[in-house]
Amino acid sequence: MPKRDDIHHVLVIGSGPIQIGQACEFDYSGTQACRVLREEGIRVTLVNSNPATIMTDPEYADATYVEPITPEVIEQVIAREKPDALLPTLGGQTALNAAVALHEAGILEKHGVELIGADMDAIQRGEDRQLFKDIVIKAGGEVPRSAVCHNMDEVKATVDDLGLPVVIRPSFTMGGLGSGMAHTWDDVDRIAGNGLAESPTTEVLIEESVLGWKEYELELMRDRNDNVVVVCSIENVDPMGVHTGDSVTVAPSMTLTDREYQSLRDLGIAVLREVGVDTGGCNIQFAIDPATGRIIVIEMNPRVSRSSALASKATGFPIAKIAAKLAIGYTLDEIPNDITKATPAAFEPALDYVVVKVPRFTFEKFPGADPTLTTTMKSVGEAMSLGRTFQQALQKALRSTETKQAGFWTRPDPEDADLANTLEALRTPHDGTLYTAERALRLGGTVDQVHEACKIDPWFLDQVAQLVDLRAEIETAVVMDEALLWKAKRAGCSDAQIAALRPELAGETGVRTLRRRLGLRPVYKTVDTCAAEFAANTPYHYSTYEDETEVAPSNRPKVMILGSGPNRIGQGIEFDYSCVHAVQALREAGYETIMVNCNPETVSTDYDTADRLYFEPLTFEDVAEVHHAEHTSGKAAGGPGVVGVIVQLGGQTPLGLADRLAAEGLPIVGTSPQAIDNAEDRGVFGKLLDELGLVAPAGGAATSFEEARAVAAEIGYPVLVRPSYVLGGRGMEIVYDEDTLAGYISRATEASPEHPVLIDRFLDDAIEIDVDCLCDGEDVYIGGIMEHIEEAGVHSGDSSCALPPITLGAAVIEQIRHYTAKLAFGIGVRGLMNVQYALKDEQLYVLEANPRASRTVPFVSKATAVPMAKAAARIALGARIAELRAEGMLLPEGDGSDTAPDAPISVKEVLLPFKRFRTTEGAGIDALLGPEMKSTGEVMGIDRSFGLAFAKATLAVYGKLPTSGKVFVSVADRDKRSIVFPIRSLVDLGFTVYATDGTGLVLRRHGIDYTPVARHSGGTGTHTQDAVSLIASGGVDFVITTPSASTGPRTDGWEIRSAAAVADIPCVTTIQGAAAATQAIESAARGEITVTPLQELHQRLRGAERV
Amino acid sequence: MTSRAPAILVLEDGRVFRGEAFGSVGETFGEAVFNTGMTGYQETLTDPSYYGQVVAQTSPQIGNTGWNDEDDESRRIWVAGYVVRDPSRVASNWRSKRGLEDELATQGVVGICGVDTRALTRHLREAGAMRVGISSRSTDADALLAKVKASPQMAGANHVGAVTTAEPYTYEAEGTAKYTVAAIDLGIKRNTPRRLAARGITTTVFPAEATVEDLLADGPDAVFLSNGPGDPATADHQVAVTRELLKRNVPVFGICFGNQILGRALGLDTFKLKYGHRGINQPVLDRHTGKVEITAHNHGFALAPPESGEFFDTDFGRVQVSHVCLNDDVVEGLTCLDVPAYSVQYHPEAAGGPHDADYLFDRLTALIDKEGAATDA
Repeated sequence: MPKRDDIHHVLVIGSGPIQIGQACEFDYSGTQACRVLREEGIRVTLVNSNPATIMTDPEYADATYVEPITPEVIEQVIAREKPDALLPTLGGQTALNAAVALHEAGILEKHGVELIGADMDAIQRGEDRQLFKDIVIKAGGEVPRSAVCHNMDEVKATVDDLGLPVVIRPSFTMGGLGSGMAHTWDDVDRIAGNGLAESPTTEVLIEESVLGWKEYELELMRDRNDNVVVVCSIENVDPMGVHTGDSVTVAPSMTLTDREYQSLRDLGIAVLREVGVDTGGCNIQFAIDPATGRIIVIEMNPRVSRSSALASKATGFPIAKIAAKLAIGYTLDEIPNDITKATPAAFEPALDYVVVKVPRFTFEKFPGADPTLTTTMKSVGEAMSLGRTFQQALQKALRSTETKQAGFWTRPDPEDADLANTLEALRTPHDGTLYTAERALRLGGTVDQVHEACKIDPWFLDQVAQLVDLRAEIETAVVMDEALLWKAKRAGCSDAQIAALRPELAGETGVRTLRRRLGLRPVYKTVDTCAAEFAANTPYHYSTYEDETEVAPSNRPKVMILGSGPNRIGQGIEFDYSCVHAVQALREAGYETIMVNCNPETVSTDYDTADRLYFEPLTFEDVAEVHHAEHTSGKAAGGPGVVGVIVQLGGQTPLGLADRLAAEGLPIVGTSPQAIDNAEDRGVFGKLLDELGLVAPAGGAATSFEEARAVAAEIGYPVLVRPSYVLGGRGMEIVYDEDTLAGYISRATEASPEHPVLIDRFLDDAIEIDVDCLCDGEDVYIGGIMEHIEEAGVHSGDSSCALPPITLGAAVIEQIRHYTAKLAFGIGVRGLMNVQYALKDEQLYVLEANPRASRTVPFVSKATAVPMAKAAARIALGARIAELRAEGMLLPEGDGSDTAPDAPISVKEVLLPFKRFRTTEGAGIDALLGPEMKSTGEVMGIDRSFGLAFAKATLAVYGKLPTSGKVFVSVADRDKRSIVFPIRSLVDLGFTVYATDGTGLVLRRHGIDYTPVARHSGGTGTHTQDAVSLIASGGVDFVITTPSASTGPRTDGWEIRSAAAVADIPCVTTIQGAAAATQAIESAARGEITVTPLQELHQRLRGAERV
Repeated sequence: MTSRAPAILVLEDGRVFRGEAFGSVGETFGEAVFNTGMTGYQETLTDPSYYGQVVAQTSPQIGNTGWNDEDDESRRIWVAGYVVRDPSRVASNWRSKRGLEDELATQGVVGICGVDTRALTRHLREAGAMRVGISSRSTDADALLAKVKASPQMAGANHVGAVTTAEPYTYEAEGTAKYTVAAIDLGIKRNTPRRLAARGITTTVFPAEATVEDLLADGPDAVFLSNGPGDPATADHQVAVTRELLKRNVPVFGICFGNQILGRALGLDTFKLKYGHRGINQPVLDRHTGKVEITAHNHGFALAPPESGEFFDTDFGRVQVSHVCLNDDVVEGLTCLDVPAYSVQYHPEAAGGPHDADYLFDRLTALIDKEGAATDA
């Protein structure tokens, strides 16, 4: 059955901003889908509000709408573009929900748009829990005993019947949001209560607990001829009870016999057919009772999912790509296998390696949040590794996560650790359960004891126990001989791990020297989908210690691009975007590109992206070995080998390796590691600023409270305090008085001469400005100047910003251009640099300069139609800005600092994950913005005015923008004057106002009526209601609250913000944000939101040169 | 941890792989083949079709689920030797009774572990299946190579006699018996009579040398030709029996070796594939339905495709090449259009492997019903 000839134009919906449970895997799927559709000659229209995606690069679609994913906006796109069909299965739950909404609103029917790759009834059957349960039973499977409940009475009756513990899952939420395990009646009240509120259909499912059972997933694909293949089986190392996104998982399944595996396969296929998934991918989860083998079908996703991205990377079978082809009518047997080229996609991949995925958490960013792992996903990223054995893959995956522990034995045990408390700790699933299990086994626990505590399958525990035995062998061996070192490397141990066990080897360097002297180097095997049965044409490699390497010699000049590793807050998709751009630009420029990364969610780890892909941990050892393999094989083939290693684009991860890689002799290109260090070293940088005549906020360093007090007294409060080496603003705080400073010094840091605390004057009410620029040593090219909407002090990654700047005068912009150029030349930048300035009282202060790709590069590139990262990669390899201007990559003249007066305004807004976290008591956590970055993703709104652009950005984050209704307002004294004007505007639009007494009084004196509400902590007193309950009950549509000087738990602001976060009500915490939001609401209320494709905007921006 | 003795694997073309002893310590020879199944090692080891072969598992973690009492596909392990990357030291599965390595040792199967099985597989893929020796007694590669070169070839080998049953036996239908089938045991797997029994078929399994008279003595509704080891070119007796059955219009269903016998009976030749199909992920197109099934394969030989393509004429009328492998277009099944006979080169009984081809047993009952109706009429 060949391609349908009645589909000429397809609308693809992306997944919007990165959030927990829905990350860049959908950029990977969407990018693949768009590419496939266009290759098939189909016109592609794309809607996605996330600018940091490759899929929204203009070349991936014919019309790219960086617009909010809401039914109203999508209808405008449909009306303008008139697509034949909508493909909704590649943009996660966001796209699927949007498709359902479009269908239910009759929009698809009205415009004659056919849904492809999905069937509305099948979506309902897959996602509605009761319907799904019936289907499983009809397909011959079993489900947990359960009932759907619509209110708390039904919940109580059901729990009485099933007995505690029970699992509670709200319907139609993503990433398991709001679900949880209830062990007590209190838990039932809390989780079911929240769940009913979270579910758009006010439904929760209460079900029999399968806690501790084995958990499996199958990734299936079906074509319209009803051919079905299982692409991959995935086994969760963490048993049932931990969300699969938070579990360590392994592919293929390790502990099933063929009979049991085939039962899952039969059941999966039967369910898939019964649900009626039209074509494409789907994922089914199973639980198996380890004692009896009883199989329970847990759930299915009738779309491409996070697991399908993992399965694609794990097997080399590109699920999204194939799904797109199936959607337009092909059958599996008509599609060639990408990797072998000779065999069809109608087959099931055979792996001759083991894949392990380890989640990455950032609990340290959310003080107070409960770090227990549950059925609600909390991880923000993941790392994947491939090895020829489980132990090897596991150890590589552990060091890939870049946590403090870089694999087993690399950090001391907790001081009081003994077997009893270690076993006790294993009873609660947590980040690093396997580290705890290893410790328990090492402290003398048996596999049975550890299994009893954590329910991890004994097979996995024995694998860890083998590593414990190996450790003993390494520790006790008289000499670390070749045989033992070989054994350790085959088990996946890093040089650093071995060094930790054998101090006499003089550290990692010593182990490396010994290893190389013995000739022990990794070989590289290929991911080929078929366990070597057929020849592979795609160089997708992983390292192992074995006999034969498969690196093909090549005499082309090679460039290695180091990726950014697992996503985390502060280092996410934006850096992968830059890496992918570097690959594209350098491929085009004739280099052989070599990507090294370990993040399975990304576009960079698509084997189609670079010429060669190494799925490897981003550690010094692993990167240096890839370089060795590529360089020596390139030289042997008569070529120059590796001529460049790019470390500037992947964020802190590759940057942190730069010094050692340079010392090892790797050709780091672009800004030199020394120049990067100089910009990061406060002393050196301060001196440079002095020489250049630039001003930074007054500040100093302190190694004790006494010193800190003296510094603060001299420069004056408020001060910004932070540890001297920080990532993503870790540990930064704004301190308004001496008591708080004392608290910070004792609580948040280990101040010492090696690690001083930095104290800077905090510029209250200053405007913060971000600049991205390029420098080649001769010229400087300003990519974009972004004006933050929040005041300085909110981490730049959490601020919304506007480009071009909306309030800066020409003189300031000229000054920024001048300062930026001075800095770029002064530091010695060869590539990208990001500078942050604060403008206060007409004085421009330099806050930071980072000579590397920044988080805003994709936003700037989209807003200005200039591919900054591509240009940076070319500059790193020796191209000049003048040359790139001539080529057309950069503007022929002028740059991002002199935008036309009628240029559209782009606004970046961020998505914050507060609503996913709860304290151990089940309350929400604080939703306040500060100097520490907390957002997971971003959106972009583009329109002709700031208000409209900001309105779009807000819509894209919240899915809604209140244009009437109730606003709650409570602001700090210093903000009371500024709040009057925005509130008056809202009242003019028809909002009614609820306010606390202090704020209300100011409003009343300005003639604004309000309903008084009590602060939560004071009780309701004479008031009839309090702010927190009002917000929690959904009684308001919009919340404006700014923090008073003292922040922390248990203050009013905290409870108000957390209530808004939990209730998912738009909540603004800065006065500038309130003003901007008001403008947005005014614009939206006037109904002026229109849509424009990026291609058209870019043509306008670059129009002059094109004509 | 007990340390293992060093072991070597030497291929006929002189390539040497080093590893450690696994299973029984000793020396063994056979034809080196690789199996790409990620599950089902117990079924693989006990599949009589592997007689005379040294099997390398491309899947690296082997033995994880131990050894149970239900999944043996015959009365013993048949492989001549076993090559794995990383054997499990524990067994974890609720049905497991003992460890894989214990079972190998008990049954005297010599294996080797720690081998770069991917390199071995790539070598066999490029150079073709060939003779091999494993020794965990001596690591003298030259000495082992000489022995490998002196060991028997697979081409021309008649292994059926070694694996077939000595005496006939009967496997009862589940529930009410509706049909009876006479099966020729050329190396039959247990799941075959089990899948027949599930459809109300009582199966009597006969030794390979059974005559037409033996088979038809009790008036079975059909005759089944099983899978089995060795070179199908040597199975002249079974080919003659099959021609007689076709002449008498007895319904015939063959799988694997049985497909090759039916093919030969219809006049096709067999040939040795470079490295064979051994795995449980092979896509086969059923030309009757146009659908693709994912199937279990274990064959080193195949039927030479008829020159006329999909359809060809035989002594028994027109025949269709009804199934083909999508990976390499190998003939995977025949359907006679004028006599009641069909066969497939792969394993609808699976074990291990997917159950996509299970419908082929339904085709047998349908064929019997149709023949019965024709005879009654």
